[in-house]
Amino acid sequence: MSTTLHGKDAVLAEMSQHPALAALMAEMSEALVDARWDRDELTLTVAPEQIVAVGQRMKQAGYVFLEDLTAVDWYPAMVPRFQVSYHLLSHARKERIRLRVLLPHDNPKVTTITGVWPAANYYEREVFDLFGISFEGHPNMRRILMPDEWVGHPLRKDYPVEGYR
Amino acid sequence: MSQWTETPILEVPVAEGAKDQTMVLNMGPQHPSTHGVLRLVLEIDGEIVVRLYPEIGYLHTGIEKTCEAKFYHQVVPLTDRIDYLSPMHNNLCYCLAVEKLLELPIPEKAQWMRVLLSELTRLNSHLVWLGTHAMDIGALTVFLYTFREREEILRLFEYVAGQRMMTSYIRIGGLSMEPPIDFFERVQAFIRTFPEKIDEYSNLLTGNPIFMNRLQNVGHLSAEDAIALGVTGPPLRASGVDFDLRRDMPYSGYEKFQFQVPVSQRCDVWGRYEVRLQEMRESTKIIQQALDGMPEGEIKAEAPKIVLPDREKMKTQMESLIHHFKIVTEGFTVPSGEVYQGIESSRGQMGYYVVSDGTAKPYRVHMRNPSFASLQALETMCRGRLLADVVAVIGSIDVVLGEIDR
Repeated sequence: MSTTLHGKDAVLAEMSQHPALAALMAEMSEALVDARWDRDELTLTVAPEQIVAVGQRMKQAGYVFLEDLTAVDWYPAMVPRFQVSYHLLSHARKERIRLRVLLPHDNPKVTTITGVWPAANYYEREVFDLFGISFEGHPNMRRILMPDEWVGHPLRKDYPVEGYR
Repeated sequence: MSQWTETPILEVPVAEGAKDQTMVLNMGPQHPSTHGVLRLVLEIDGEIVVRLYPEIGYLHTGIEKTCEAKFYHQVVPLTDRIDYLSPMHNNLCYCLAVEKLLELPIPEKAQWMRVLLSELTRLNSHLVWLGTHAMDIGALTVFLYTFREREEILRLFEYVAGQRMMTSYIRIGGLSMEPPIDFFERVQAFIRTFPEKIDEYSNLLTGNPIFMNRLQNVGHLSAEDAIALGVTGPPLRASGVDFDLRRDMPYSGYEKFQFQVPVSQRCDVWGRYEVRLQEMRESTKIIQQALDGMPEGEIKAEAPKIVLPDREKMKTQMESLIHHFKIVTEGFTVPSGEVYQGIESSRGQMGYYVVSDGTAKPYRVHMRNPSFASLQALETMCRGRLLADVVAVIGSIDVVLGEIDR
């Protein structure tokens, strides 16, 4: 069983030397909302309006590769409803971190990180298509998998798995 | 279903001042060299590609949504269908992710078998890539040769799993069943002759002047662009970035194997060809090591509430019958949490992001598929080059559309 650390204070007390955490705390400690160390994976919850700045900071800290970007819909169990997860990989340190932002039910939107990682382009379009989360400043905010005229966002939890609408 | 309206074909604005000279050309989704249902909207100036815009989604089947309605073990067959050329990689990645959530240790024999099958899958996928890539360029013969060997690999899969393509052999907690007694001998017989076969392909292609001219200095992708655009796997290593998850972030016991990670500094389609060809030789070595050192023991983890019992036990022991019944009808619960598991698939870094809310069904399964990200780099590689090079570049990133659209 690996150790589990829940909450910002617990993680900061145990692993303040971690380069991602150290980089974040040195310059923009106010951006960090929550943190978790679970199953050997570090999750940092950051303030949505700070995501671009945090992304840039992480890129400088060595997490140069955006491996994955996706969302989770916590409806109806949790408020705020949406979670956008960013998985960053450091080629040099050979490890990943996960950034996440939490977004509200009404008009969920967050600034695009395509300026930091162009790779986010398709992923953000996918999240927009399937979850209805819009990314402000994205160069081409269109549906990518579903037809353009489709109504609704299939991966939301209030969208049925089967049957006709 | 919403009301059907005509999809606007080209909302992509044409480059400023170029309206009079350029032409917009639609390629696909049924074009034979787009490897499936990839549709490209090309803006061309004569034969030079000015802009390129991939349209995807023709194969979207909502696998991620379907996963949320299934028990954890029922997701395994769905993962096969994402990528028909490397089903075992998808099985493996999903199972590793769930095992990480469960914190379930896997017996050594199962791990070694997983490595062996994973490398056979890589050979299978690379053989199809080599055949179709060469066919796109115009060398039709290679296709017949590679499919001869691929057939043998598919027979091995059928022998071990009962299925040629959609194997579902790797399960949560181990493997679905013991490999047949002479399975290892058959793999050994295949591996013994396989390096010669690679030489044979190489003889047909590597010195071929037409093939060389079509591939060399085509589809340039710098290391910076590759990293920025999310390109992984052979295209990334052909751009000079020495990174392979098998060696750098080992999973499933890969740290016990000795192999080289081929890297090329050429940054072009030829470099990707060389890297993949070399990767096939390295895979052969890994399979040989797996055969030589295959440990004895169980192929399923000691977890009766998670792993289905053997049929024999299920029929003779009451407790096993109860476990079997429970798993099949109710599934098993997985502690809440979120994990991301990455593996090196044939096409690059594959990742499964599994979120659990503590019930028997996954709350969210997301697949990070290498082709999806690599497709973004297509425009960078094709812009300013000839239209005919687009076909070579598509072949070089080895797209599988099932993986892109899911």
